[in-house]
Amino acid sequence: MRDLPVIKVDGVLELEHAVVDGVDISGHWNRMFNQRAINAYPTEAMDWVTGLAGGESMRDCYQCGKCVPVCPVNHVGDYGPRKLNVKVLRGNNLLDDPDLWLCTTCGNCYRVCPKEVNPLRIMPAIREQAVLEGKVPDELADVFQKLQRTGNPQGESPRKRADWIAEAGVPVPLISELGRPVDVLWYVSDYTSYHPRGKDAARAMARVLTALGVDFAILGNEERSDGDSARLAGESGLFEMLAEQNIKLFNKYQFRQLVVMDPHAFNAFKNEYPRLGWQGEVLHYTQFLAPLVDRLQFQSQVDLDVTYHDPCYLGRNNGEFDAPRRLLEAIPGIRLAEMPHNKQNGYCCGGGGGGMWLDGFVADHVSERLSERRVREAVATVGTDGTGVLSVACPYEPSRFEDAVKSTGNDGRLVVRDIIELLDQALQPASA
Amino acid sequence: MSNDVFVLVEHRDGAVADATFELLGRARQLAVAAGGEAVALLLGSGVEALSSKLGAAQRVLLAEDAGLAEFTPSAYQSVLVPIVQERAPLLVLATNTGVGMDVAAGLSMACGLALAAYATDVALDDGGPVITTQLYAGKVNVRVRFRDGRGIATVVAGAFPAEAGQLAGSPIVERVTVSALDGRIRFRRLLRPEAGDVDITRESVLVSVGRGIGEADNIALVEALAAALGGAVSSSRPIADAGWLPRTRQVGKSGLRVKPRLYLALGISGAPEHLEGMRGADLIIAINTDARAPIFGVAHYGAVADLLDVVPALTKRMTG
Amino acid sequence: MDLVVLLKLVPDLAEELEIAADGRDLARDWLSYLTSEWDEYALEEALQLKATSGATVTCLALDTGSVEELLATCLARGADRVVKVGSFERAPDSHTAARAFAAALKEIPADLILTGVQAIDDLDGQVAPLLAAALGLPHVSVVTHIGLAGDGRTATVNQEYAGGLVAEFEVDLPAVLGVQTSREAPRYAPVSRVRQLMKTADYGAVAVTAEGGSGLLVEAMSIPEVTGGAEMISGTVEQIAERVATLIRERGIGLGGSR
Repeated sequence: MRDLPVIKVDGVLELEHAVVDGVDISGHWNRMFNQRAINAYPTEAMDWVTGLAGGESMRDCYQCGKCVPVCPVNHVGDYGPRKLNVKVLRGNNLLDDPDLWLCTTCGNCYRVCPKEVNPLRIMPAIREQAVLEGKVPDELADVFQKLQRTGNPQGESPRKRADWIAEAGVPVPLISELGRPVDVLWYVSDYTSYHPRGKDAARAMARVLTALGVDFAILGNEERSDGDSARLAGESGLFEMLAEQNIKLFNKYQFRQLVVMDPHAFNAFKNEYPRLGWQGEVLHYTQFLAPLVDRLQFQSQVDLDVTYHDPCYLGRNNGEFDAPRRLLEAIPGIRLAEMPHNKQNGYCCGGGGGGMWLDGFVADHVSERLSERRVREAVATVGTDGTGVLSVACPYEPSRFEDAVKSTGNDGRLVVRDIIELLDQALQPASA
Repeated sequence: MSNDVFVLVEHRDGAVADATFELLGRARQLAVAAGGEAVALLLGSGVEALSSKLGAAQRVLLAEDAGLAEFTPSAYQSVLVPIVQERAPLLVLATNTGVGMDVAAGLSMACGLALAAYATDVALDDGGPVITTQLYAGKVNVRVRFRDGRGIATVVAGAFPAEAGQLAGSPIVERVTVSALDGRIRFRRLLRPEAGDVDITRESVLVSVGRGIGEADNIALVEALAAALGGAVSSSRPIADAGWLPRTRQVGKSGLRVKPRLYLALGISGAPEHLEGMRGADLIIAINTDARAPIFGVAHYGAVADLLDVVPALTKRMTG
Repeated sequence: MDLVVLLKLVPDLAEELEIAADGRDLARDWLSYLTSEWDEYALEEALQLKATSGATVTCLALDTGSVEELLATCLARGADRVVKVGSFERAPDSHTAARAFAAALKEIPADLILTGVQAIDDLDGQVAPLLAAALGLPHVSVVTHIGLAGDGRTATVNQEYAGGLVAEFEVDLPAVLGVQTSREAPRYAPVSRVRQLMKTADYGAVAVTAEGGSGLLVEAMSIPEVTGGAEMISGTVEQIAERVATLIRERGIGLGGSR
């Protein structure tokens, strides 16, 4: 076998020709036991899926299977985009199949698909039908209800959305109180507003913006979830409701640019809100800061080995790979190393497309979390001596990866930091 | 009309419920202060012997009938309404259980007496009852009076010490004639919990473990403690993920939401997803090696220690 | 078979509660409201019974001027009909609510009336037993299971007690039940469907008068002291164990070992 041309894809050997135990297994006989008439397949499920707005491309699959080895969920279970297509071909409309909820809409299969079969549109379309039939995993339904009630997935009081500013150490103006146009309206997002680790990033962001002298303000208690993950999880009505609330605010205040912390919000504002009536310039914070990086006056060395996790909805699905890396490279002391899965082939953390809210459900169908696999990759890249950092640019990540660091037994070996936290750290004088 | 304080006695299998003793003890104090009698309302069949356990009451009104052998809301109602109408006590106390809820509101409507639910304290002030109740899941206390000076209160368990009501004695037993019972609700059978896995949402004591437990073999330590406390073992997500406990024991966002009287959080750091599932517990005591663990933000009491040290020491005390 | 479900809105406890200036009510300006949790169970149970018995489900809510979304959600979940009852400036006490529902139910056919066993704000008792008394119907509270007899004349219901004990009753219909939980989690109502129904739904209305109040006089409302984090216990392992044991015993837990 060693003499044969080998293509190594993520530990899987792909051989053009293989002999195992003396048997040539690549022969035609291994493809099909006997001939089958193609009309033996029931067509109702495929007709139904492709009849849904967004489901059309499901029919284009020609079973090449390129999607399976690049699908992160395939690595931890029996799931794969091609397998999903086969299920539909066999008459399963997926409404009662757990596989319906395993796709994180990370988009890596779409990237390699020669037929452009697009789960980013197919999955929400089928899920929407499941939602309409009440076939929603309980934990996801619980989050939908919280989003509906409080405008955030945690079900926290909307009145507490801006409570984090009290400990930012710099003034964080609310646009409603400012009473004038601003250059930058900073959309803070859910996890950044409420999750303890998210709030760390929010405060770092406030300090960095202040250090740069940016004229910015936030929406404060008026802000609502962007709703994009609810949309991808099939609750289009909820997404539209939240979008209407945010769009009303975007129209009420005057600002030049919208800057967001959350790639999912970035995706929503850039690609989805326009059809609902809002159009404007929106930047992920890394895109906003990258051109300004020369103006940052760093005060200390950040002597760490850092690798970077591309968020699916900033990187692959929206094409931004450079801005986060430019920021990291600018921080004095940081040694940036890439993980094997990076940029276009970045590995999903498991939180997208509703995965963030399906943790228990997904756990029953996979051997380990995607975040755990990703953490192992990070540890292999930046070492185990405690100076390794997994840097991120999405507020879903710190809690997901920090949990995974613990559950993979890497506590003390790897830390998880938002890029904004590393920037903020380098802007502070070195502590004793 | 009298200044008596009535207590509806809940009993099963020949034993009076603890919650009834809690009410009896308080009723006795209130009756003495008001110049009336503490009166126990004992309904059943062949239950006269129970009156010797009701020594905190000065009088037992005993209604016996084959149709009262088991509690049914309608039969109890047909006995209690005429008693309360005729004797017009100052106060009727019932526990805030299925039985108490069934009876108290019906009495209130039928007798035109005001009702205060979820009472945590009952006192006398200016000769009239003053009731403190807990509303909004315990987030608000309300102090109320009865507009007509007399009424009914359903009292939550644990409001008063049971000891004060657990007096042996021989109160006057007065038999009440039972006329036709309302038979529209018929008792069929009593179902006792199966010996399957416990339902942690119904346990009043949870000994909950997180990653700090270290390895699966240590689960036995906390099971011993739970047994000593008469509770059950629950867990945070990682323990269920690891398969060390069934997922039915998992507390939190992706597990179950619990509200026990006691939640012992052992080696649980307290991710928001976990806190969401247990922050409503009456008493939360957290043991964790990390002094900055967020669990200490919601716990009532905390200690920075290794659970593997504290648990055996605590088990010894609770069994000894 | 006609099933009727009574529902109401209660303050969302995700918001911190504050007391009004007069000290006798909640400060209501900032409150948000949601459907009472137990009423949701009652509705789910009714919809489950509908699926197995072909009964119709009618949902009633007192009209406080803001129950369209609640009722549209009932329709989105599968209720057949929704009715606004009376006209109230704000949610009344349980006695008044029970009288209002009792008056409405003189005009609305009902074989079985389901509502939540309790609500977080029913200071003067639970609506289900009050309503039953007002209508002279049998009533069971803390119901965890409902089965309908084939002839539609009786129901078998389970009433739950502490410690997992459950009594099974046979109840003549019509009757009122206070529902503790449903056999399945309340089904999800998709937002798009609710929003559409809010525009198109046919809300029935019944005019009623209900007077008399609760007979309670609220003297004061207060927020109990909230502790800002744990009181920390220090010392050796033995000292910690002793203090924890004392705290547990003080609550009357674990006395005499397992029970």
